[in-house]
Amino acid sequence: MNGRGPSKLVDPLEDPLPGVGTYEDFNTIDWVREKSKDRDRHREITNKSRQSTVALLHSISDAFSGWLLMLLVGLMSGSALAGGIDIASNWLTDMKGGVCLNGFWFNHEHCCWTSNETTFQERDQCPQWKSWAELITGTSEGAFAYIMNYLMYIFWALLFAFLAVTLVRAFAPYACGSGIPEIKTILSGFIIRGYLGKWTLIIKTITLVLAVSSGLSLGKEGPLVHVACCCANILCHLFTKYRKNEVKRREVLSAAAAVGVSVAFGAPIGGVLFSLEEVSYYFPLKTLWRSFFAALVAAFTLRSINPFGNSRLVLFYVEFHAPWHLVELAPFVLLGIFGGLWGALFIKANIAWCRRRKTTRLGHYYPVIEGMVVAALTAVLAYPNSYTRMSGAELISELFNDCSLLDSSQLCGYPANMSKTSVGNSLADRPAGEGLYTALWQLSLALFFKMLMTVITFGMKVPSGLFIPSMAIGAIAGRLLGVGMEQLAYYNHESFIFKGWCSPGADCITPGLYAMVGAAACLGGVTRMTVSLVVIMFELTGGLEYIVPLMAATMTSKWVADALGREGIYEAHIRLNGYPFLEHKEEFEHSSLAVDVMRPRRSDPALAGLYCISQALVESTRYSGFPVVVSQESQRLVGFVLRRDLLISIENALQRQEGVVSASRVVFTEHTPSQAPDGPPPLRLRGIMDLSPFTVTDHTPMDITVDIFRKLGLRQCLVTHNGRLLGIITKKDILKHMAQIANRDPDSILFN
Amino acid sequence: MKSVLFFEAFFLACFVLLSQVAAKNSEDIRCKCICPPYREIEGQIYKQNVSLKDCNCLHVVDPMPVDGKDVEAYCLRCECKYEERSSGTIKVTIIMYLSILGLLLLYMVYLTLLEPMLKRRLFGHSQLIQSDDDVGDQQPFANAHNVLSRSHSRPNMLNKVEHAQQRWRRQVQEQRKSVFDRHVVLS
Repeated sequence: MNGRGPSKLVDPLEDPLPGVGTYEDFNTIDWVREKSKDRDRHREITNKSRQSTVALLHSISDAFSGWLLMLLVGLMSGSALAGGIDIASNWLTDMKGGVCLNGFWFNHEHCCWTSNETTFQERDQCPQWKSWAELITGTSEGAFAYIMNYLMYIFWALLFAFLAVTLVRAFAPYACGSGIPEIKTILSGFIIRGYLGKWTLIIKTITLVLAVSSGLSLGKEGPLVHVACCCANILCHLFTKYRKNEVKRREVLSAAAAVGVSVAFGAPIGGVLFSLEEVSYYFPLKTLWRSFFAALVAAFTLRSINPFGNSRLVLFYVEFHAPWHLVELAPFVLLGIFGGLWGALFIKANIAWCRRRKTTRLGHYYPVIEGMVVAALTAVLAYPNSYTRMSGAELISELFNDCSLLDSSQLCGYPANMSKTSVGNSLADRPAGEGLYTALWQLSLALFFKMLMTVITFGMKVPSGLFIPSMAIGAIAGRLLGVGMEQLAYYNHESFIFKGWCSPGADCITPGLYAMVGAAACLGGVTRMTVSLVVIMFELTGGLEYIVPLMAATMTSKWVADALGREGIYEAHIRLNGYPFLEHKEEFEHSSLAVDVMRPRRSDPALAGLYCISQALVESTRYSGFPVVVSQESQRLVGFVLRRDLLISIENALQRQEGVVSASRVVFTEHTPSQAPDGPPPLRLRGIMDLSPFTVTDHTPMDITVDIFRKLGLRQCLVTHNGRLLGIITKKDILKHMAQIANRDPDSILFN
Repeated sequence: MKSVLFFEAFFLACFVLLSQVAAKNSEDIRCKCICPPYREIEGQIYKQNVSLKDCNCLHVVDPMPVDGKDVEAYCLRCECKYEERSSGTIKVTIIMYLSILGLLLLYMVYLTLLEPMLKRRLFGHSQLIQSDDDVGDQQPFANAHNVLSRSHSRPNMLNKVEHAQQRWRRQVQEQRKSVFDRHVVLS
């Protein structure tokens, strides 16, 4: 520990008490203390390992425990959870449409898997799959059947949404929302007890499937990150090294966040970069290698479960390799601008809606009703349009797909008179036909619908992510632009723009690529991801040749979005909730000094450090820590003691040691002071004091102070003047100061 | 700690079960050939359960709709893919999911409706009314006392379960207050 004196009669025991060194709920950890505890432990094990074989084995197993833990996290997340979630949500989504008579556990696609009655035009008809109208009324055509199907769709959507909200409310209220803002805060040193517990895990898994299947405009990637972190937290309890140390646990949680994205997208490298860029606060190199290992194990496990029946990890894996031309960079940049505008607009609208939900009576009393109303609205408006009726992932898959002769969807509804001239089954640029025009206006309607619905759905009291809806919006916009470019090229192949590279009869414009670039641009605009987004998109498609368009669109979208609003969606939610998250990507630019931010302010009475204290005094105040000084007159700093440790040690001493009563003074000196003749003996608690608190002088500029807080993960820092204790700066003070500078309400910082 | 071990054992058992169930059912492999429209012939989809080496146009497209000299041109346009699935995995996953969902719903019904009724009948009003109000206060060091007083509980099994369940319910109530009522987190 940090410098204990020679033990005397009323000193605490050698081993730390249970409870000393742990933290309360909604508090920040002491990063430096945890790291030094881990180093001490490691040093002790290494020293002991020279003594016997058993101890040597113990030290080897301790070194490997990290890798074993990563393996277990990857296995559990990849197999049981991600695979199970995918299979269950595919099945439950199709349940809204009908039932399989072969076995009720098959979804629509798997029901017709072996059947030979599928035709080229109707790829998913087979006699074993019965829609609800067929089951109830016996017919499958006609207005009555349509209305019946509509009603059953709405019924199932409402039922799933109702179950999801009530389960979340009854068992694990922490399972709602995306989870990524809270995990970011936890990884920066905050403690939220129960957020990564087993009930949250079970409920989040079950209700995520229900929420996705009810047709709501949300995705499952963000919640999968939360689920993976819960797995990692639960598995940490198996290893002493990780159970007792908060910093080591956060290293594992960083790796688990990478695992979550890796199983959601089938992109291990993208997952690691996402964890590095978006979620983690401190990311040492050791964590990089371990995260990669865990993400690979998870991806491999998911692949061996094979939820989609084709050895692909994700539903929208595309394989085209058509080249693109430099002139097409202009529409790609246009898509980037659209993505940036959409991102800024979405964040403002969503935060305004969430704030309204938070402060008015609407959100207070009626979360279940809100969930059902939104689900009903979504179902009623989504069913008529076939592009909104299908799930988000299916829509993206269809939009990313490049049209060839083998496709019969409406989006590929070109007139078929060109097929005589081509040899293979790829198609040249063609004029649009009837089917395509219908598809285009349906897609435009779908675009507006999804934009509106995602704003009010994200943040509801069910697990909700926003990767898939944002990508869907971008993919629709991209595909519309791509088809527009294709028609432009077809009708204007004489003009100077297209003359050089797009001769008639060649396949030069790929609308599927535009959809992909649009999806990346919109997602980048909302979350402000850069490198990780590009890597995820290129791992999704396998095409190295598309890196340049993706980067162009992502950069443009980030610049446009940053010009309109500083923060991404996750930072905005962190600020809405008032979490004590010290933003580490920006510079602190104001020229204040430490003395301006510290408490007590210049006008308040001066801070007096402790020389000794009693239990009654500790319990009468609400400070979470006390600086300790040599004496009342000199105010020279000795150390810092935390309130929680103090109270636990006093309680223990009252119970275990004789002569100590509640009126005893607690002192922190090296040698027992002289006893007052009529008072009880003093209690020495030097062992729980931190003898190396961080200090700055009063003239230290605030940007250096903020840097110290960020880099070391501090919770509080003492301010001295000419060697004497002057005041204290806590993380909350810094956050309030930053809020004041940015003209925001400093009282919105709720926690410390 | 024990619950964590139980959890782990459960997952390992499921994994083993899954891998045994996922035996190769002959119905679980197929070769799917999609052939687009060619001259007067319409587009068709052909499926057969053949293995990977036989998954090409000549083996799967049966009966061949064109004559000898056109077969090559027709087959060039067709695309054949080999696919595998595991229907056992799907069945086990769905049944497990539905049973967990069913158990949770039953437990929820029990907690909200049946348990207060049963308790009221058996114990009367004295023990039932846990004071919900003082749980919500900011008692910063409630768990400091819990940490040190763990040796005082009676070693009775039923009481332990009861105690654990009460503690869990208090936690959920506290969470519910923060999330739904005061909107302090996760708004």
